Amino acid sequence: MSGTWITTRAWLLMLPLLIVMVAVIGWPLADTVQLSFTDAKLVGTSGSYVGFDNYVRLVSGNAFGRTLFTTTFFAVVVVTTEMVFGVLAALLLNQQFYGRTLLRALLILPWALPTVVNATLWRLIYNPEYGALNAALTQLGILDSYRSWLGEPGTALTALIVADCWKNFPLVAMIALAALQAVPRDVIAASYVDGASAFSRFRFVTLPYLAGPLMVALVLRTIEAFKVFDIVWVMTRGGPANSTRTMSILVYQEAFSFQRAGSGASLALIVTLIITVLAIAYGTAVKKVAGSAT
Amino acid sequence: MERQSPLFRLFLHVAALLLAAVILTPLVWLFVMSISPAADLAAKPLKWWPAAMDFSRYATLLSTTENSAGAAFMASLRNSLIVAGMATLAAIALAVPAGWAVSRTPSVGWSLSVVIATYMLPPVALAVPLYMALSNFGLLNSVFGLALVYLTILAPFTTWLMKSGFDGIPREIEQAAVIDGASLWQTLRIITLPLAMPVVATSALFAFLLGWDEFFYALLFTSDQRAKTLTVAIADLAGGRVSDYGLIATAGVLAALPPVVVGLVMQRALISGLTSGGVKG
Repeated sequence: MSGTWITTRAWLLMLPLLIVMVAVIGWPLADTVQLSFTDAKLVGTSGSYVGFDNYVRLVSGNAFGRTLFTTTFFAVVVVTTEMVFGVLAALLLNQQFYGRTLLRALLILPWALPTVVNATLWRLIYNPEYGALNAALTQLGILDSYRSWLGEPGTALTALIVADCWKNFPLVAMIALAALQAVPRDVIAASYVDGASAFSRFRFVTLPYLAGPLMVALVLRTIEAFKVFDIVWVMTRGGPANSTRTMSILVYQEAFSFQRAGSGASLALIVTLIITVLAIAYGTAVKKVAGSAT
Repeated sequence: MERQSPLFRLFLHVAALLLAAVILTPLVWLFVMSISPAADLAAKPLKWWPAAMDFSRYATLLSTTENSAGAAFMASLRNSLIVAGMATLAAIALAVPAGWAVSRTPSVGWSLSVVIATYMLPPVALAVPLYMALSNFGLLNSVFGLALVYLTILAPFTTWLMKSGFDGIPREIEQAAVIDGASLWQTLRIITLPLAMPVVATSALFAFLLGWDEFFYALLFTSDQRAKTLTVAIADLAGGRVSDYGLIATAGVLAALPPVVVGLVMQRALISGLTSGGVKG
């Protein structure tokens, strides 16, 4: 069989996937680009060409800067916390103790819980009148009176961050645990023979095996945290006083609540651009870490 | 491997208990809310355990009496099953040939990289044109339209999983069969696909869970019982004026049950699927 036929055959087998991807991703994305230069409304008028007006107006408006800051803050705090607790949980689960198998099994539960159910659950826990958090803190004497955790700009974002971390640190833990189990036992045994301290064993024996998988987890979680919509929508809808409004919520409001399809498209593309830059920067770092680790 | 000092053993067990408590407390509370009488949930100080367990909300939601809360819930349950199921079948049908092609013909691999890179796109970047297109084709508020849109998420992911799966099946086996006179189609049908079935099953499971979990597109593209999925129905309950929080919790428990059971039963397969890409880098 000739090489060209094998390549042609491969393309033929890919064809159905590529056609569907062009139809549901490629074409809509191109259309979003085109829309972003118009003042089109969601229904009715197809709009007319306005050049970069949407971009200029959005970036110079004060909602954009504030929302970008909120999103970045959310992403940085959430991803850092999840990485730290995920690795700590994985290190624990890699030790010998009674009930380890059961605890490893439990780890999958928050991950398996649908995002919307997780958001609803925490919304109930934070409820200002009957919520479990208020009840627990008051009964323990820590709090004098019930508070509206999701209703005050000062606490709403933190409350969201806690809910997101609880659901997603197990994913990091599972990835880290799988990497830890891939560390060859004889390498660890050798480090004992050589008299390495616990810290240098972690730093020079374990960490190189963890670095690659953790970087991948970091990239995936950062992208997801930057795109976050579901948990915010269900818990606060971006409120109170826009204190939890993330980029995806802002795009939703622009395009669907205010029906400004054109400027909604511009905003969506700015978000896409930010995520792409982040992903490329991370991708370079992943290659570097993966190259130096092994 | 290493001898643990008594103090370290104590520390490990305390940390393990703490981790178990962190994971379980919110989940147990969700279940307790679902079986507590409404009066208990509104009591101050809050009653942490019901005097009498009340499973009536499960009966309420799982009833099919017309125009009841149950009817709306059951409709959304059915829609979620149909949409996630259809999208999963379609994604697998696209992913198996494409995954095999990329695995055996690395020179076309870049096209899969492009497909996977679309993961970075926030759904909001596609939402407006998809909304307009679905509207033009009369597919808004339709399970078919929603399943089609779900392919934007499910198809790249399953293709990537299938590709790594086929990578794990030595191509020498296929070559041996070809030398023995089997046609390519026979080789794939008799040799490769049976070996790949575990990966197909894992990919399908992942795809189904992703579809079951999806909220953003369902929120935008569905509006009533004909297509509204479970996630949207629960968000409606949580955001609406339902006075009985136990009912919201019950809906949550029911929606969480399928993925949680799948997660526990299929743990090994899911984790290896989750981490294979990560560990290989």
